[in-house]
Amino acid sequence: MRLISSIGEWLDERLQLASTIRETAEHAVPRKTASWFYVFGSAAFAVFMLQIVTGILLALIYVPSAGQAWSSLQALNHNVALGWYIRALHGWGSDFMVAIVLIHMVQVFLFGAYKYPRELTWIVGVFLLLVTLGMAFTGQVLRFDQDAYWGLGIGASIASRVPVIGPLVVNLMLGGPIIAGATLSRFFALHVFVIPGLLIAFVGVHLLMVVKLGINEWPMPGRLVRKATYIKEYHELTKTDGLPFVPGAIWKDLFFSALILFSLALCAYHFGPFGPSGPPDPTIIQTAPRPDFFFLWLYAVLSYLPASMETPALLIGPVVGILALLLLPFLSGEGEKSWRRRPLAVLTVLLAVVALATFTHLAQHTPWSPVMDAWSGIPIPNQFLKNRTALERQGALVFQVKQCHNCHSLANEGGKRGPALDSVALRLTQDQLIRQVIQGGGNMPAYGKNLSPAETTALVAFLESLHPSGQPPARDASRTIALSAKTGGAASSSP
Amino acid sequence: MTLPTGLSRRELLMKLGIFFNSIVAVILTVPVVRYLLSPITRGRRDGYESWVPLGNLDQFPSGETRLATYRNPVVNSWDGDTASIACWVRNVDGASFQVFAINCAHLGCPVRWFPQSSLFMCPCHGGAYYQDGSRASGPPERGLFEYHYKIDGGKLFIQAGEMPTPGQASNIVRGIQPCV
Repeated sequence: MRLISSIGEWLDERLQLASTIRETAEHAVPRKTASWFYVFGSAAFAVFMLQIVTGILLALIYVPSAGQAWSSLQALNHNVALGWYIRALHGWGSDFMVAIVLIHMVQVFLFGAYKYPRELTWIVGVFLLLVTLGMAFTGQVLRFDQDAYWGLGIGASIASRVPVIGPLVVNLMLGGPIIAGATLSRFFALHVFVIPGLLIAFVGVHLLMVVKLGINEWPMPGRLVRKATYIKEYHELTKTDGLPFVPGAIWKDLFFSALILFSLALCAYHFGPFGPSGPPDPTIIQTAPRPDFFFLWLYAVLSYLPASMETPALLIGPVVGILALLLLPFLSGEGEKSWRRRPLAVLTVLLAVVALATFTHLAQHTPWSPVMDAWSGIPIPNQFLKNRTALERQGALVFQVKQCHNCHSLANEGGKRGPALDSVALRLTQDQLIRQVIQGGGNMPAYGKNLSPAETTALVAFLESLHPSGQPPARDASRTIALSAKTGGAASSSP
Repeated sequence: MTLPTGLSRRELLMKLGIFFNSIVAVILTVPVVRYLLSPITRGRRDGYESWVPLGNLDQFPSGETRLATYRNPVVNSWDGDTASIACWVRNVDGASFQVFAINCAHLGCPVRWFPQSSLFMCPCHGGAYYQDGSRASGPPERGLFEYHYKIDGGKLFIQAGEMPTPGQASNIVRGIQPCV
């Protein structure tokens, strides 16, 4: 014991750090901020530490070469003892980190912690969010599988839309004319050297400011922030109703970090590593690429944006969003901190959460994509074939062979790209069905060149039979009248 | 010692030191920037594209659309499978051809050919194209990218080497109009 303390004294005589560390650890924080709401920042930091360790461990085996990265991941998964578990920890760590950083941001926003004098802490925090997302995206590229390959293609296609210099940006991003060896190498450099360097620097500045400026006090409705008086009020608060950070507040951080790391370890053990999916061979085209969880919402947005809106939204949207986050502390740097008195702030968070959750949910089902094998893999349910004429059944065959089922569902099976056809005959008359099939429109291809007259007749006969029993199909009333006027009597509405 | 200009010796030496460092910084920065920009400068000098063979003409029967693959003309030994690129070859009438890029004109995912319905469909966001590559439905703003082709000694060649993206003017070969 005496040896340890004498070594400590020897070190501190030279480092001169002990008093600074003690001061930092024991600095007074407002009593109410020793709260379970103030634990997310430290949890994000704990996960980041784990990411550094598991990242270095993975780099012992991983080969950042386009020709070999995929097989080195297979070796990690199957040949190296517990390689799969380290991969799982790193992959789940990524998801946990993005999630905790987002929760931390929401908490800081709702508690008004970005207001004077902590504007710069918030701005550095926005950069921390961006580099965290940058780590998530580049990490997904390093898992060099089919999803990574085509994900890079999507990234390149977006980058190419930048006016004038777009194609040059693509070449710079890919390191050449195509996605290949140079592409993986530069994403490796970004993921392992450049972005982590930025991340460590930003975390350092962020923490320094938290310590120097003091942690945000618990927001009380009606206690307004004024630049002239805030610092004095804050110091009075910590003096009269404060307690030392260690051990007064830190035990909650420690408990929560441990809980998060334990849940992470459990998820990694139970669910295992992410992929890799198929090898990054672009000649294998039987693939439906999908981004990782935290980019799914973007994938959904990209399929719903109208074509004319897409390029402006892709290029201007992120700039506006980031600018709004950066300008926030300057637009409302003073005033009310409590979320109870800031309904607009609460609504903004709710709107963002609902929108992101909805888009993420949609992207997990991709209703906009054709089901590529529905025509050969999903039969037409019996109720649509029973008691039908030969012509109608012939039409059902055309429906399958011409891949209508890839985009249209029957009894909830098949594609969701177009409308469900279970009761299409109630909505469209025979003439409208023929027109729709032949000319397309409303986001449906025209099949006129592709269907013989006999096939069209059969297909439309089948579609006309798609209505609930007891409800007659749609009829064109004027046509009945016109036909009956021409023949001068009782004419049927069918030709 | 103070010079007549009022500048002390130490201040002058410090300014000279900063000046020398600025010169060295420029000398070091120029090659670094040239190095970083090599994917652009190389492509602009030689061009990335060249004629690559897709195979004998008899591999592409008249009236049909077939998948073909080629090795990218610019290739490194560590590129692995990524340097193999697929494309769709349509033999229109036995004499004329259309060669489409595999990449959807929306965001670059691999489109698949369905001969039964004569459509190209994209698995990502549901873009669809007719057999001549023109846009049929979905989010793409234009038809499929098309390569220049030539027939030489019974073989089909295309001008390829760069991944086609929506921003590249060079890939709008046939001027397929977006469907409106």
